[in-house]
Amino acid sequence: MDPELLLIILVDGLVYGSYLFMVAVGLTVICGVQKLLNVTHGALYAFGAYLTATLLILYFRVDWPQFGAFAVMLFAALFLGVVFGLIIERGLLRHLYHEDEHIIVLATFAAFLVLEDVLLLIWGTDPYLAPEPLGLLGSTEIAGLPFDNYSLSMVLLSAVVAAVLWYGLNRTQFGKLLLAVIHDRELAQAMGINVNRIFLLTFMLGSFLGALGGAYQAPAISVQPGIGVEVIVLAFAVVVIGGMGSIPGALIGSVIVGVARAFAVHQEPALELFVIYLIMAAVLIVRPQGLFAPAKPRTI
Amino acid sequence: MNAIPRTRFMALAAAFAVLLAAGAASAQTVKVAVPTFLTGAGAPAYGVPARNGVELVVRAINEGSLPAPYNSVGMAGRKVDLVVYDEMGGGTKQVTELRNKVQKEGVDVVAGYISSGSCAAIARVAEELRVLTLLAICGTPRLFEELVTEPKYLFRIINHSTGGNVGAAHYVVKKLRGDVKDGYMGINQNYAWGQDAWRDFNLAMQTLAPEFKPAKKQQFPKLFSGQYGTEISVLLRAKQKLVHSSFWGGDLEALIAQGTARGLFKRKKFVLPVGEITANRLGKKFPPGQLARGPYGLYAEGIDTPLNKWFRSEFRKAYKQPPSSPAYHYADGIIAAKYAYDTAMKANGGKFPSTDQVIKALEHATFDIIAARVKMSLGKGHQAVTSDRWGAAEWDDAKGEIVVKDVVEFKAECVNPPEGVNAADWVKGGMKGAKCD
Repeated sequence: MDPELLLIILVDGLVYGSYLFMVAVGLTVICGVQKLLNVTHGALYAFGAYLTATLLILYFRVDWPQFGAFAVMLFAALFLGVVFGLIIERGLLRHLYHEDEHIIVLATFAAFLVLEDVLLLIWGTDPYLAPEPLGLLGSTEIAGLPFDNYSLSMVLLSAVVAAVLWYGLNRTQFGKLLLAVIHDRELAQAMGINVNRIFLLTFMLGSFLGALGGAYQAPAISVQPGIGVEVIVLAFAVVVIGGMGSIPGALIGSVIVGVARAFAVHQEPALELFVIYLIMAAVLIVRPQGLFAPAKPRTI
Repeated sequence: MNAIPRTRFMALAAAFAVLLAAGAASAQTVKVAVPTFLTGAGAPAYGVPARNGVELVVRAINEGSLPAPYNSVGMAGRKVDLVVYDEMGGGTKQVTELRNKVQKEGVDVVAGYISSGSCAAIARVAEELRVLTLLAICGTPRLFEELVTEPKYLFRIINHSTGGNVGAAHYVVKKLRGDVKDGYMGINQNYAWGQDAWRDFNLAMQTLAPEFKPAKKQQFPKLFSGQYGTEISVLLRAKQKLVHSSFWGGDLEALIAQGTARGLFKRKKFVLPVGEITANRLGKKFPPGQLARGPYGLYAEGIDTPLNKWFRSEFRKAYKQPPSSPAYHYADGIIAAKYAYDTAMKANGGKFPSTDQVIKALEHATFDIIAARVKMSLGKGHQAVTSDRWGAAEWDDAKGEIVVKDVVEFKAECVNPPEGVNAADWVKGGMKGAKCD
C-alpha cells in the first residue's frame, strides 16, 4: 500500500481514537472503582457540549483573547463534573450501592432520561454552533493533506489525560487508596479508608472527564438533542473492548478501533458501520473480560 | 326490580342531551393531527420549523386571513382544531400514536411526517384506519410504488426524493461541467434516504452525461455519527471535484464545521439536495458556491404570489427568521387539506363534505400551494409533482442573509417519472418520457 496513504490512515485513526478515548475514559474510571455502568455518562458529555457551546458563543461576542476559549472549555467541564458528580453520587447512587448492579444500571439509565429532558428544558431543541476554536490553532499538512491542528490536539489531550490518570493512580497516595478500594472495598473500609469519599471523588472525576469530552468536541459538531445517546453506545463498546475499568485498555481499545475504522473508510467504506462492533464481537469471543481487564482476586 | 323514578329519569335524559349537544358542538371543527419531530436530532432543522409553519397557517385559516383563494374561514367552514405531537420514537411508536389519534381522539386528518421510516410504518395503517393522511416530507418513492399501490386515504403533497436528485444531475450537467470533468463522488448517510439519493443522482448523471464517471467507492457514514475527519481525508485525496451529499441537520453542520477547518470547500464543489435548511441556519458560515434546492425556503424568495409573500412576511414577523423548507412543506400540507375540504364542500352544494368527497376532490387535482403549483399526477392521483429549483447559495452582505444565485427551474415533468413507472426503473432506463424543454 502507498506509504502516504498508510500515514494518513494512521493519523485519521489516531484522531478518531482520541475522540473515542475522551468519551470512554470517564466511564471506565467509574466502572473500575465503583463497579457500575454509569449511563448518565452520555448526558454528561451532552451537558459538556451544550454548556461549552453556549459559553463560547458568549465569549466570542466580546473582545477577549481568543485562546481563552480553551479555559472556557476546562471551566465548563470542571463545573459540570463537580455539580453533577455531587448531585448524582450523593442524591442517587449512594442510596443504591447495596443493591444489585442491574438495579444501579437501570437507575442511571432513568437519571440519563431525566437529564436529557433537563437539557431540552434549558436549551430547547435548537442546535448550537461554536466552531471558532477550530480555526485558532491553524492546520498542518501531512502526506499532502491539510489536517486542522485542533483535531490533532485531541490526540495530545488524550495522551495527557491518560498519563495524568496513570500517574495519579500509580504514583500518588490518593491512587494507592483508590487501588485498595478497587481491589477490595470492604477490606479497604475496614482499614480505615473513607470509601464513601473515594466514591464521591471518583464519580466527580469520571463526570468531569465525560463533560470534558463533550466540551472539547463542541466546536467540531452541531450541539443538538440526541448527541448523548450516540456517545454512550460508542463509549460502552470501547470499555468492553479494553476491559471494564482498565484505563490502558480504554486507550489501546480506542486506538485499535480508530485505526481499523480509518482503514475501512479509506479502503472499504461499506465496512465502516460494522468495524467497531466487529472488533467488540471478536474480543468478546477470544477474551470475554476485555483486552486489559484488571486481574480479579480469587474469592474463597 | 325497582323502576327508575320519573324525576331521576328526566334528569338523566337532560344530562344525556347536554352531553350530546356538547359532542355535536365539538364536532363542528376539523381535527387535524400533525406529527413532527419535537425532540431528538430531527427537531431543530426539520421538526420545529415545520410546526411553526403549520401553526402560522392554521391561525390564519381560523381567522380567514390567508390570501385568496384560501381566504375563507376554516376548512369547509369549520375551524381547525390542531393537535401537534412528537414523531420521535420509531415506526412502532408512530403506528400506536396514529391509532390513538384516530380511534381515541377522533382526528379527521393527519398532516405531517418527516422521516421516510415513519411514513413506511404508518402507510398501510392509515389506509386501514380510513383516515385522510397528507404526508408532508418523507421522500421515499417506494411509498406508492411498493407499500400502498392502491391508495385511497394516503396522499403526498411534495415530490418524492427522485425529483430532487434528478434535478441535481440536470443542474450539474447544465451549469457545472467544468467541475465534473474529473468525475464525481458521494458522501451520504447510511440509511434509506442517503442511499436512494445517491442512487438517483448517480443514475441520472449516467443517463444525462455518461462521459462523467463516478468514483469507484462512495462514502456512507452512519447517520448522526457527527465525526467526519476520516471521510474528509478521503474526499480531499480524491481527484473528483464534485461531491454529492444528501446530508442534513446536525450531520451537515458538523461536516461543514470540520470540512471548513481543513479547506475542504475550497477544493471541492458540493451538491446538497437538502442543504437549503442548513444554509438558512448557518448564514455567513455556510461555504459559498455550494448548491441547494427549492421551490421552498430560500428558493421561494422572489416568487411573487400573494400567498408566498404573505407566508414569508408573517413567518418572519412571528419567528424572527425566514421560513425554511420544512416550514413550507408542512404549511403546504395544511393548505392542501383546506383546498380539498373547500372544493368538496362546493361540489356538495355548500354542505360539509364526507371524507370520501374530500378524497375525491384531492385525487388528480391541480392547485396552488404556497410557492408552487402541484399536480397530483402520480400514485393514481395521490402523489404530487412540482417543479424543482437549483442554484448556488452565498452570503449577501447587503441583505445580511444567504441568497441563491444562478437559479434554474426544472419542470415537474422533467424531473419526475410518468404515472405508472417505478422511479428507480425510470432513472435506470434513461428517464424516458421526461419533458425538459
